[in-house]
Amino acid sequence: MYRSHVLVCGGTGCTSSGGVEVYNAFEKEVKAQGLDKEIAVVQTGCHGLCAEGPVVVVYPDATFYARVSPQDVPEIVSEHLLKGRQVERLVYKDPTKDGDVIRSLSDTEFYKKQVRVALRNCGVINPESIDEYIGTGGYEALGKALTEMTPDEVIQTVLDSGLRGRGGAGFPTGLKWKLCAPNQADQKYVCCNADEGDPGAFMDRSVLEGDPHSVIEAMAIAGYAIGATQGYIYVRAEYPIAIQRLRIAIDQAREYGLLGENIFDTGFNFDLDLRLGAGAFVCGEETALMTSIEGKRGEPRPRPPFPAVKGLFGKPSILNNVETYANIPQIILNGADWFASMGTEKSKGTKVFALGGKIKNTGLVEIPMGTPLRTIIEDIGGGCPNGKKFKAVQTGGPSGGCIPAEYIDIPVDYDNLASIGCIIGSGGMIVMDEDNCMVDIAKFFLEFTVDESCGKCTACRIGTRRMLEILNKITDGKATMEDLDKLEQLSYYVKANSLCGLGQTAPNPVISTIKFFRDEYEAHIKEKRCPAGVCKALLNFVIDPVKCKGCTACARICPVNAITGELKEPHVIDQSACIKCGSCMSTCKFDAISKR
Amino acid sequence: MKSLAELKAIRDKMQNQINMRSESGDENAIRVVVGMATCGIAAGARPVLNELADKVQEKGLSDKIVVTQTGCIGLCQYEPIVEVYEPGKEKVTYIKMNAEKADEVLTRHLIGGHVVDDYTMGSSGLK
Repeated sequence: MYRSHVLVCGGTGCTSSGGVEVYNAFEKEVKAQGLDKEIAVVQTGCHGLCAEGPVVVVYPDATFYARVSPQDVPEIVSEHLLKGRQVERLVYKDPTKDGDVIRSLSDTEFYKKQVRVALRNCGVINPESIDEYIGTGGYEALGKALTEMTPDEVIQTVLDSGLRGRGGAGFPTGLKWKLCAPNQADQKYVCCNADEGDPGAFMDRSVLEGDPHSVIEAMAIAGYAIGATQGYIYVRAEYPIAIQRLRIAIDQAREYGLLGENIFDTGFNFDLDLRLGAGAFVCGEETALMTSIEGKRGEPRPRPPFPAVKGLFGKPSILNNVETYANIPQIILNGADWFASMGTEKSKGTKVFALGGKIKNTGLVEIPMGTPLRTIIEDIGGGCPNGKKFKAVQTGGPSGGCIPAEYIDIPVDYDNLASIGCIIGSGGMIVMDEDNCMVDIAKFFLEFTVDESCGKCTACRIGTRRMLEILNKITDGKATMEDLDKLEQLSYYVKANSLCGLGQTAPNPVISTIKFFRDEYEAHIKEKRCPAGVCKALLNFVIDPVKCKGCTACARICPVNAITGELKEPHVIDQSACIKCGSCMSTCKFDAISKR
Repeated sequence: MKSLAELKAIRDKMQNQINMRSESGDENAIRVVVGMATCGIAAGARPVLNELADKVQEKGLSDKIVVTQTGCIGLCQYEPIVEVYEPGKEKVTYIKMNAEKADEVLTRHLIGGHVVDDYTMGSSGLK
């Protein structure tokens, strides 16, 4: 029995900021001070507030420590764990409240507005302990499904809950299962898509790292519902921590007889295997993923036949995303009505978003569907840093579009976002402020899809490349208005002529930025000017002769000797020689150099 | 594991551990605070704290009773001090505690609802 629990975040975010060292330091220090019988040190999954990592939470008082270093650990142990005095200087201060000291997690703006279903165990339990998962009600849903429900009842419950696929397309999960269940075959498969490939998205990684058993339990339930005995989790090799914890979790579940033969003595058999993806974006697409599991080159294939009829190894299969699965045990335990009571009419439940970009609270948030974008950006995210003005948010990664500032009050759900040409996608949200050039953003995502196109369809393979060339022309200031028309035309052509989701959605960032920020494109083309001051070819660095003191610092740092001038006389930049590296501007002590 | 009963057994064992990590906490929960400053520790507060924390978990009460520690309360000569905060009731301060007394307080006061007058502040004659 322990009187206090110290939870150290072991998610990827906190691991990269030194969370493992902090965990080791706690283990050592607690032992050194003779408290190891009283204090439990637990490594958990992601708490969500990655920007403030490494994060440590001490229970029962739920004190939230941020940015803890191994050197701080002896103080926390001797002061807080032994004497009960919080170490004030390390307690998390809420940036949205002018640095008020926050005593516990639930007091922060970041957590107050969240509703955690898929993430309910992330940061609370030790993901490497099946006992802790069971302690929160884990595997009870599987027990309930196997002993009290028929497969049809399970499917009906998922259908009634209104759960839609969290991977991006938003297809009703129950319907997917229902379409697969009646198909007869000697073997069926349950697959899990953990090939999270959108730049800036890390929801699935955090679920796998923080609560791997929830996915395993849900897949077994899905197997029972559709009549499958074998499952595959397709996880990208870039997620080493997630893979390790999944392996441990699968082994523990087998040992407890929760995977394997005759589960709960009901005669139901189900087992799971991992397949590691090599990091190709296209393998997040349903048919390409299954082709890749089969050991072939990951390329999509035409549908129909849909995977529900002919999927993995030519057998009826279902594929759901990690976050979708993480909702399933809760739906089975609490009922369809409970889940359907959250969210909007056509989008039920909650959604996890990965907040990134120009936002104070970078991290992971889970909110009910239909929450206004303003709540996510301003209240939970804390707004843009340094008082900059919020410009737009990119959702759905390279397949999605941007939501400009004028739509900040839009309720976030599948249909509302679709109405303005955007998608929820897997849940990445990249926030942009006034310093971001929208043409540059479109270029960034297109560069990604050009790289990641599998090359099967000409429209996608060559079309996206031509689009990128036009975008480069625009940002170089060499484009005409005709090019812009061509770019739009090409966008629709690529969408219409590609086989899979990658090509069908690749032009979305371009279409959406042209739709909402046409003025920025036109400024680049007509005025040869980048309004945000990002596109280097359109920038000129100039020295203000009034402010310049002639200190020669800029002339000395310039790598191409483009700056000339006498000592104590105003200097001049030779625009033809300037490579626009910006070194002079950051060197100048008198604020005399500006971008125009 | 082959039965739901076995699953339930593990759950019951683990639940009280996990309950400690509940974020919001029950508003009606009783808060028990043990003085764990240098004076408290020197007077033997640690066994008191551990006894309370262990017994609360053993009896499956961790969702109703929260055991934490605090710094110096200021009455060092009366340590180990245990304060009980019950919602809607006046704070009760127990003084010169030890593990056995703590056990008695748990049974009679925290579970039974009767303040153990023999060990409270008033018993010292302090006004």
